[in-house]
Amino acid sequence: MPAETVPAETVPAETFPAETVPARSGPAPAMLAKITLMEFRLFVRDIVGPALIVVLPIALLLGFGLMPGGTRASKDLAGQSAAEYIASIDVGLVLVVLGFTILPSVISDYREKGVLRRLGTTPVRPSRLLLAQLLIYSVSALLVVALVVVFGNAVFGTPIPERSGYFVLAVLLGMGALFGIGLVVAAVAPSGKAGSAIGMALFFPSMLLGGVYIPREKEAAAMRAIGDYTPLGATLKTVRDSWQGLDPHPAQLAALAAYAVVAIAAAVRLFRWESK
Amino acid sequence: MPVIEVRNLHKRYRERGAVEDVSFTVERGEIFGILGPNGAGKTTTVECVEGLRRPDRGTVSVLGFDPVRDAAEVRVRLGAQLQESRLPNRMRVGEALELYASFYADPADPAELLDVLDLTAQRNTRFAKLSGGQQQRLSIALALIGGPEVAVLDELTTGLDPQARRDTWETVERIRDRGVTVLLVTHFMEEAERLCDRLALIDAGRVVAVDSPAGLVARVEPERRIRIAFRPSAPLPDALLRDLPEVRSVERRGDRVVVTGTPEVLHAVTAVLARNHIIAADLRVGQTGLDDAFVALTGRTLED
Repeated sequence: MPAETVPAETVPAETFPAETVPARSGPAPAMLAKITLMEFRLFVRDIVGPALIVVLPIALLLGFGLMPGGTRASKDLAGQSAAEYIASIDVGLVLVVLGFTILPSVISDYREKGVLRRLGTTPVRPSRLLLAQLLIYSVSALLVVALVVVFGNAVFGTPIPERSGYFVLAVLLGMGALFGIGLVVAAVAPSGKAGSAIGMALFFPSMLLGGVYIPREKEAAAMRAIGDYTPLGATLKTVRDSWQGLDPHPAQLAALAAYAVVAIAAAVRLFRWESK
Repeated sequence: MPVIEVRNLHKRYRERGAVEDVSFTVERGEIFGILGPNGAGKTTTVECVEGLRRPDRGTVSVLGFDPVRDAAEVRVRLGAQLQESRLPNRMRVGEALELYASFYADPADPAELLDVLDLTAQRNTRFAKLSGGQQQRLSIALALIGGPEVAVLDELTTGLDPQARRDTWETVERIRDRGVTVLLVTHFMEEAERLCDRLALIDAGRVVAVDSPAGLVARVEPERRIRIAFRPSAPLPDALLRDLPEVRSVERRGDRVVVTGTPEVLHAVTAVLARNHIIAADLRVGQTGLDDAFVALTGRTLED
């Protein structure tokens, strides 16, 4: 990345004028750390984002867990308790809120404002800002998932995910698919407003098809069949299965991986650093 | 050797603002202006200097480096204030400066820069809460935080009120006094006249002339150097004025008469008026400015 100072004697005199002092950029890892810390502060300052990804999942868990019979296994929920069921919904919710609503609106807003362009004139590459954003959202998502698991277990006795390897895989693939699609939106949306509008247009149908509004068990079979292969639906199903000790469906894991690969490749191809 | 050298630059990436053939050099320590109407190719030209765009043809050199090939070298030595570039709403002034300072191994002192740009009181203010002038000054501060040898400032007073504009001009002069070479893009005559040591007039992607403001004005025919405008108290036949040897042109603008001519024209006109017992109300006398020079050199006004 940033070129370090070249020893003066190796540089031909005509390209290294005597009156020009060697100038250097800051060290790359320190720059990334600084940017990430700054982006994290801005994220926290936003209040809405942290509320949606931390407060909302815990509130849902409390709400459903404290309902009468909220911790009792239910036939309507394939043998899970309401608390268990909502805990796996929480995992999908955190990933989809970050991926479909926050990520596209923040990044397209940065493009619209010229933040990426301005960075382009400094020793830092604008891609570092995207990397910082992805770091913040993925680490936040993993922390919230861990919080939901631990909190649910401690307060409502929800199990620690039984197929833990599959659980982690499902969370990571779900993150790849949902964040990847969010990046495609961020890549093409011309403004922050457009980014959040497109994100919302994906968010609500995903929630419906994924079985967030109505438990999956109560959906019509056809809707369930489609829903299980949508990015959010497949995330929820594989997370939920592995949580209660079932092997997730390989086709659903494969679908998530495919969404992730295709979306990320498309985002890389389509991404624009500046608005027209 | 010049700090910036642009030779036969050609860049076409959209209809508006295409660069056909632009050449100029900027010497160390000067404020060099690029002046021209909107869409003349000013921004595209400086984007090639900043390394944001790759020229289709021609060469650009900044301190001996090619902004595309030696991008890393240019980025640590050149600070840019881009047109219409903002920051995240919730970022504070001090935070922005410290963040950008961390991009450079040997940055300027953020506190001192805030002081120079009169932003110390806004240190903890979020970007969205700053006035237009303060946002613009912060933008300049970010262009300078790396301690650059060259600063490129693009339309930095657009959208500012007259007072903020004057304050910003003073800031630019202070920057030059710190030894920074400034490349300034503007479409305001007054700004160019006030700030620039030399400037390039650009029209339709080509350089029309490169000279000092006074040098450009001197290119206007000497017989048109002085302009008088007034409202005559009684009917005044044009011929009375047109026949004077000092007068070059007579024009009517509503009830006002506008006369141009040699430096002696004022005396000649007032003598004629006195002889005919006509009083000149609202009399204004002006010298040719850059706008007249632009019209004389391109046949168009800047506002077109």
